[in-house]
Amino acid sequence: MAETVALQLTAKDFKSDQEVRWCPGCGDYSILAAMQRFMPELGIPREKIVFVSGIGCSSRFPYYMNTYGMHSIHGRAPAIATGLSTSRPDLNVWVVTGDGDALSIGGNHLIHALRRNVNLKILLFNNRIYGLTKGQYSPTSELGKITKSTPTGSADTPFNPLSLALGAEATFVARTIDSDAKHLQSVLRAAAEHRGSAFVEIYQNCNIFNDGAFDLIKDPSTREAHLIRLEQGQPITVGNLNVVHPEGSFGLKVQEGGTPIVHDATVDDPAYAFALSRLSGSDLNTTPIGVFRNVQRPSYDEIVRKQVLDAQAQATGAPEEMLGDLLNSGDTWTIL
Amino acid sequence: MAAPAKRVEQLDRVVIRFAGDSGDGMQLTGDRFTSETAQLGNDISTLPNFPAEIRAPAGTLPGVSSFQVHFADYDILTPGDAPNVLVAMNPAALKANLADLPAGADIIVNTDEFTRRNLTKVGYTVSPLEDGSLDEFAVHPVALTSLTLGALAESGVSKKDGERAKNMFALGLLSWMYSRPYESTLRFLERKFAKRPDLVAANKEAFRAGWNYGETTEAFSVRYEIKPAKMLPGTYRNITGNQALALGLVAAAVRSKLPLFLGAYPITPASDILHELSKHKRFGVTTMQAEDEIAAIGAALGAAYGGALGVTTTSGPGVALKGETISLAIALELPLVVVDVQRAGPSTGMPTKTEQADLNMALFGRHGEAPLAVIAPKSPSDCFHAALEAARIALTYRTPVILLSDNYVANGSEPWLLPSVDELPDLRVPFATEANTEDGRFLPYLRDPETMARPWAVPGTPGLEHRIGGLEKADKTGDISYDPANHEFMVRTRQARIDAIPVPDVDVEDPSEAASVLVLGWGSTYGPIGAACRSLRQRGLTIAQAHLRHLSPLPANLGEVLAGYDKVVIPEMNLGQLAAVIRSRYLVDAVPFNQVSGLPFTAATLESMLEDVVKNG
Ligand code: SF4
Repeated sequence: MAETVALQLTAKDFKSDQEVRWCPGCGDYSILAAMQRFMPELGIPREKIVFVSGIGCSSRFPYYMNTYGMHSIHGRAPAIATGLSTSRPDLNVWVVTGDGDALSIGGNHLIHALRRNVNLKILLFNNRIYGLTKGQYSPTSELGKITKSTPTGSADTPFNPLSLALGAEATFVARTIDSDAKHLQSVLRAAAEHRGSAFVEIYQNCNIFNDGAFDLIKDPSTREAHLIRLEQGQPITVGNLNVVHPEGSFGLKVQEGGTPIVHDATVDDPAYAFALSRLSGSDLNTTPIGVFRNVQRPSYDEIVRKQVLDAQAQATGAPEEMLGDLLNSGDTWTIL
Repeated sequence: MAAPAKRVEQLDRVVIRFAGDSGDGMQLTGDRFTSETAQLGNDISTLPNFPAEIRAPAGTLPGVSSFQVHFADYDILTPGDAPNVLVAMNPAALKANLADLPAGADIIVNTDEFTRRNLTKVGYTVSPLEDGSLDEFAVHPVALTSLTLGALAESGVSKKDGERAKNMFALGLLSWMYSRPYESTLRFLERKFAKRPDLVAANKEAFRAGWNYGETTEAFSVRYEIKPAKMLPGTYRNITGNQALALGLVAAAVRSKLPLFLGAYPITPASDILHELSKHKRFGVTTMQAEDEIAAIGAALGAAYGGALGVTTTSGPGVALKGETISLAIALELPLVVVDVQRAGPSTGMPTKTEQADLNMALFGRHGEAPLAVIAPKSPSDCFHAALEAARIALTYRTPVILLSDNYVANGSEPWLLPSVDELPDLRVPFATEANTEDGRFLPYLRDPETMARPWAVPGTPGLEHRIGGLEKADKTGDISYDPANHEFMVRTRQARIDAIPVPDVDVEDPSEAASVLVLGWGSTYGPIGAACRSLRQRGLTIAQAHLRHLSPLPANLGEVLAGYDKVVIPEMNLGQLAAVIRSRYLVDAVPFNQVSGLPFTAATLESMLEDVVKNG
């Protein structure tokens, strides 16, 4: 990676020549800016970076990054990125998706990418609404949500994206917020360093159709009482309350007093990260952000590539010769 | 005991059907007989018929599995319409196949299985061996199971293993009857049971006992010989369509010097291609069993974007699911091979039966104007060359290509004259490595004037960073564009670039050069159509045959060919899908002839239909 040392890239180098077309005030702008500022840190040349997206407001993202990029079809980005990442280990592949894209139409691909632990960084911009189609409820909208398609309130229970990812065997799971550039970049950094699938949920404000969805944990006046910042090796607290593990209970609890548990994202048992993910529901009352889980497990792409490389290493002769042998294998006969 | 002298008769062709319970090993028996026959140099065509259920109850009609082999001393085109010989391992096998037999056919039955219980299972109240209902056939009752067990009495294998070897007894008997060389079968048994020397010995013994039984018993008075066929010189192997297709894809990877990435989801009857390709990692082949059909093609497209030869293999229901991604590949103008091994539909239909009813879907089954290239192999071994051709078009013209195989060619087999590797087409295509405008910019949709292909600039190439996607793009720059004139231009360009793919002219076979009727086919109907035409010509009638491999774009000379005949007949295993295309494209009053029974056409069906057209117009 000698060349990367000499790379003098700046945020500007990652801006494409396309005019950014999100609604003014959309949370996507700050995520894009944070990403462009963070990218030079990676020390990876632009041509080695690929953004793959599906459909939705967030999925316009690749057009604005001066890297390789593909704006694909609804829900399928993890599948397309799996093929790319598996066949091209030299690339740094990011998937940008939204709550409808990843959790509704593309739910199957998301869980299987996570299960396989393909080397992908998956950023799910969660605004709890369908923006591009102008305001229908999404699989993360709170129960009873009044929208254009649910004038009397939505009737389905939302997903907790992190619980879902953990249930799908994800090895890296994190959450961050569009407006907190510093935190956002720190989570991107941790995700980028992870070998395997990294799943990052980014709370993103859609100021047109679901404005203020995350104000409780953004507004300085309420934030401290509701936001839990997970820091590796630090006790977990919120305001003046502690997050504890009551004896005989399966989950975690927020309470006064008691001994706060100390955060360790590397705990192998996913039950811990799952318990953390259950601290917040639709009401955001006690919402952790940061890295929930960060463990190592062999990735699909590595295993698959190793099988191919091992077979190639054992192969004798040029491919043309081997092909000739292959065609001539089995019971052959010759007619003179 | 001295063997009674046996009469030897010469035959020019025979069709044998081995039928039994799915546990009786009929596919293997048929396979071995085929291999022996190939060694002898007859031309061969085979067709298996699997039960739809994996393990239907033993002895029932749904549990019957069969394998038909047609071999001759001349070149043949089909697995044969009607068997001359039926080997029936139980009453169910007899009942399920009897209707296909012409009068006078030989039936070899395993009498041990004709018990009251087994007869009742399939609705016989009286044994057909005793009630005279088989009088028009030459029935050879053989106690296959007990003869096998008797031969193995000293061998020390269990009764169960002994009973299992009865298929080898049957094979030995048939091998004797038709004077087959059997060394390859003995070698095969050594390989198959390498870890169980006792089973090698027992199965060889059962085979020998069957052979000797033929030689000594008076039940079989005639032995047959079928001389080798005159075939082109070279080395041959017997191959199924699915195997040939998989090898064609490996060859395409080697000849394009690209890694092959297969994304696939298990589906009958395409899964064997996935199985075969997963064995060939040493050629840089990666196979991914995806979570669903959509992911399978998505991953293949992602790999193609990264510079691999991307392939996905499936059957009709899978193509339906892949439609949106195929459209994306059309918009992205990336190479992709989509293999559809057609089966009888709609919906789940009859997964183990054949049909050609996905042509409309291949040509038109996408949203928007979404043209692509479509090709179809005409026989099992042709699947190899069709796979190479699909890859050539995909890579050179940067487009998805649908390859329409079907269950009939996929599972059928025939001798394949092995090509030499350096005769295979060179499929190398260059990746873009540098800017393509005079002012040093890279325009991802600036086309090669000759192929109309856009540059394949794979991620990792410095300086060519660009974004592509499903949104309409401006000509040349590839930027998002909603400009009406640009969209009109791009839609027409996508069609024009498919239309401009050069494909070989269609050949017409008409030895008389005087035919006024042309029969036009595509895909797997080549064999039965060809056999029907030959037979008509032998009877002094004239008919011309043309067969389409390229269905999109169609060969440039097709209109002229069609115009040269008074009448054009199009047999298809669908309700007239190609016929509709031909009628609308060329304004030719083509006559469709359709069969959608899940079975391939027999040559006889086509012959009588064509005879009627030739004689009566
Ligand atoms: S609709 Fe909402 S999510 Fe979409 S661009 Fe506008 S503000 Fe952003």
